[in-house]
Amino acid sequence: MLTVFLGGLLIYGSFDFPLWGDPAAPASIHVSPYYIENTLKDTSVPNIVTAVLADYRGYDTMFETVVIFAAGIACLFLLRTYKTVEPDIQLYRHIPTGITLRIEKGGKFPADSRYFERLDSAWVPYGLIVKTTCRLVIPFIQIFALYVIAHGHYSPGGGFQGGVIMGASLVLFAIAFDLRSAIRRMGERVIMLLATLGVGIYAGFGILSMLLEKNYLDYSVLANLFAFDPASAHSHGILIVEIGVGIVVMAVMVLLYYILASAGKNDEGL
Amino acid sequence: MVDGVIEIIVSRINYWVYIALMMIGLYGIIIKNNIMKKIIGLSILQTAVILFFVSIGAKMNATIPIIDHPNASAHTAISATHFINPLPHVLMLTAIVVAVATLGVALSMIIKIYREYNTLEEDEILPQLREDK
Repeated sequence: MLTVFLGGLLIYGSFDFPLWGDPAAPASIHVSPYYIENTLKDTSVPNIVTAVLADYRGYDTMFETVVIFAAGIACLFLLRTYKTVEPDIQLYRHIPTGITLRIEKGGKFPADSRYFERLDSAWVPYGLIVKTTCRLVIPFIQIFALYVIAHGHYSPGGGFQGGVIMGASLVLFAIAFDLRSAIRRMGERVIMLLATLGVGIYAGFGILSMLLEKNYLDYSVLANLFAFDPASAHSHGILIVEIGVGIVVMAVMVLLYYILASAGKNDEGL
Repeated sequence: MVDGVIEIIVSRINYWVYIALMMIGLYGIIIKNNIMKKIIGLSILQTAVILFFVSIGAKMNATIPIIDHPNASAHTAISATHFINPLPHVLMLTAIVVAVATLGVALSMIIKIYREYNTLEEDEILPQLREDK
């Protein structure tokens, strides 16, 4: 009832809206023409979205990054449990034969080798096709992610998108294999270090420009440091910041997956 | 008369779709008892807002906000009417990623609630909350 009333009210309000695609709409006559006309001159970055994101609105993006970082930390604090209760019965699979071993407490557990794989639930099929396909595809996904981050100046892309793609490749690994082997390759400590490093790159770059007597996040310091012309200094500054953002987003995506998939226990996962 | 009505519909149909989506989300948040469904409603509402912002950025006869031949056009003036408004795209770009991160926090809270009360139905959680007092 309320929603229908509110929807009707909003539709009535929409009659005062500018027409769809009207170039003279109020949203596109104040600050955006400045961005469109001056981006190339100020930053020598053809992709206006990237330039606005990381240069003109640098503070906004920095705190968005901090929000993502804080969300990752909040998840960690809400769910992570450090008490590990080892079950009495552990299951292992002998990979060449496909036989599942059921080892009770006191028995001898097989050493970590590539012939044995630890299982948590009774029936987990061994997905050879899925694993092989993922092993083939993941490197290409990661290269594409790096390309999206690095090429964000010239084509649609940038730190957020590239970071998500990179995180998705790691999540794909964790789904196709199991969470244990993903955590063995990229532990929680590494992820937290990466997330902090990413925020540190962004904020530290701002502090660097303050130390060199410019405003916070004023990328023209690079012009003085390395003798670039000011416009390409902005371009390189944007790249540094985007790399920081990409690292944070990648780390937080993987962290969220680890924690949510195993409900904080970081064991086998889904 | 008919042409006028059609013009009004065509020029505003996108807003109406977003309003419908937003109301579906709001309905989910208000009416549904299950917390998971509330979060789905919240996501639908978020999507409606994101789509609305992106459609604000559209301009007739304009292209994506990437300057084609940077070296050639460095000397010629770049007209704002040839490129769509980049600002909503920037805002929504960050909003989508933040939406994912906050969704993660919401889901972890849901897992926590489920562990505590063994249910996600609001009308079953509330009596348990009163008993605890």
